[in-house]
Amino acid sequence: MKKMIVAAAFAVVFSTTAFAQGTVKFADVVEISGGGAVVGSNWKNAIDLAVSEINAKGGLLGKKIEVTHYDTQTNPGVARAQVQKALDGDPYVLFGPVYSGSAIVTQALAKQNEIAEFTGGEAANLTEQKNPYIFRTSFGQQFAMPKIANYMRDVVKAKKVAVFWCNDDFGKGGRDTFIKEAKARGIEIVADLSSENGQADFAADVVKAKGSGADAMFIYLHEEENARLLRELRKQSVAVPLIGETTLLNQKVIELAGDAANGIKGHVGLSADAPIPQIQEFRKKYEERFKSVPDHNALKGYIGVYAVKYATEKIGKFDRKALAEKMKGLKITVAEEPGILMDVTWDKNGDLDRISFLAEVINGQQKITQTLPALGGS
Amino acid sequence: MSDFFQLLVAGLATGAIYALIAIGFTLLWQTSQTINFAQGEFVMLPAFFVLTAMGYFQQPFWVAVLAAFAVSIVLLGVLFKKLMVDPMIRHGVLPLVIATIALALLMKEGVREFYSAEAQGFPSLAAATNVSILGVAFAVQSLVVLIVTAVAVGVLQLFLNKTRTGRRMQATAQNPTVARLLGIPVERMILYTFLINAALVALASVLVTPIYLAKFSNGEWLGMYAFIAAIVGGFNQVRGALVGGLLLGVVDNFAAAYLSAQYRLAMPLLILIVVILFRPQGLLGRLEERTV
Repeated sequence: MKKMIVAAAFAVVFSTTAFAQGTVKFADVVEISGGGAVVGSNWKNAIDLAVSEINAKGGLLGKKIEVTHYDTQTNPGVARAQVQKALDGDPYVLFGPVYSGSAIVTQALAKQNEIAEFTGGEAANLTEQKNPYIFRTSFGQQFAMPKIANYMRDVVKAKKVAVFWCNDDFGKGGRDTFIKEAKARGIEIVADLSSENGQADFAADVVKAKGSGADAMFIYLHEEENARLLRELRKQSVAVPLIGETTLLNQKVIELAGDAANGIKGHVGLSADAPIPQIQEFRKKYEERFKSVPDHNALKGYIGVYAVKYATEKIGKFDRKALAEKMKGLKITVAEEPGILMDVTWDKNGDLDRISFLAEVINGQQKITQTLPALGGS
Repeated sequence: MSDFFQLLVAGLATGAIYALIAIGFTLLWQTSQTINFAQGEFVMLPAFFVLTAMGYFQQPFWVAVLAAFAVSIVLLGVLFKKLMVDPMIRHGVLPLVIATIALALLMKEGVREFYSAEAQGFPSLAAATNVSILGVAFAVQSLVVLIVTAVAVGVLQLFLNKTRTGRRMQATAQNPTVARLLGIPVERMILYTFLINAALVALASVLVTPIYLAKFSNGEWLGMYAFIAAIVGGFNQVRGALVGGLLLGVVDNFAAAYLSAQYRLAMPLLILIVVILFRPQGLLGRLEERTV
């Protein structure tokens, strides 16, 4: 009888672990509501898409992936609590958050629990915490901003730039890195304008930027605020070039800003408009399933899941520490894993390198104007 | 100096929207002692009526706006009064306040359920161009907001002061018992104020949503700003609400431009504290006076 009880207890315990009963648990902690809802919904949808594709082909190492989504409400405090809750469920791997402010506070938990965390955050400091368990799914600002600054100097020929940035980890990191790179290239910053997350009225900010004499404006806000700012810039008939990074040229920004988005230019690390067959195939599948155009956050989530799939198959077992170890210096090519969409390499810090793009919005559509090589030449 | 005037006009345009919402606050308070903490959500919702009419029923923008006004007047005017205010007000102001807070949550989450938490685009009332006046370039959209608001407030004042129904509404606000003795249908007059409030919030919604984008959470700040505007201007005066709204809009813009963008959100609260300390009846309010 005692043996039966012990056996039953073991059965209960192991049925709740990450790898029991023919399933493997993935946890996704992301911005499903709040100011980052646009971001989180794309990320979440793409993870669901990737997981259903892998499951349809027999799962991961023969086990079905079971993904649970947790809502950060775009609040770092809630994000931390949700990651703790997710970890209580004993997942194999952790996805999210996308907002850097949340990612910076959750990665300590990932480190404590020795579980790989695939974040969509782009703040430069995310991979500077000596955390062996954090991995990006997009460029960090330290890789993107030099490309933007070069573009400002060489293509836009800007001498005086006004900078709009959002007052959080993402915005502050981007602002600091951009200003450093711009100054190094002889570009003067004539207006330095911070705004709050969720800010609705940009009239005063735009009046100040107009009065600064800037011959170009660099915009580094989140998606909804980008759209509101673009509307205000057009409302006040600002005619100088508007330059940004991936979030500015995001599909949702273009949709929300309408005509006001036409003419914006910038560097995009990921784009559903990229002239790459695998990305176009992904876009088609995403649009069919979710009836909307995926943005770069969707690409991040999708790539993250396939990176885990590839690395796990390489190590041949569900071992959290081994997964994190395997990711360091890992190069995944489309030929080996089509779900990775573009050849990509992770370095020892969790930063990644791959090709990127210059883009412009023309008639409400993002057009890729140039493909930039990976920094490592892959 | 050009910046100053541009900021002034942009602030007045934003403040005009706050004023429309604040006027609704004061009207409801004066006639029925209703403090509607769902007023912000009342502004958020009509924009989604417009989007529904345009998206689901494939109507052009202006038809959708008219439909949204009609639906708002029925839902946020008639049904709000009949189903929530009338049953709750018998138990005092506080239960009604709590009920309107619950209604605000219900409306917000309802919109999130049907339209998701993502912001939605919303058409502008005017083209995104500038017009030059005395050498200063002003955004046409800001001027349109100002003109539409001025016309709406002017029509409202004319209605209240120059029509028989308007004067009956004022009498109801001043003393409902005497008004009833004089044969004024007090209940109907109170209902009219709810209908006017519904029309004002629908108008505010159409004016503000092109700037804010349509989002379930828009009512949070709008409701708070309008409530502060009404208190700052004087809760018992329509013109007080107007001045309070305009003042808040202008101060907010100047604070963002000349003081600190980070602390701009604190400015309305700072003004509120100062007014409560030194002129508790509001800038244009009168002690113990009740007029529409």
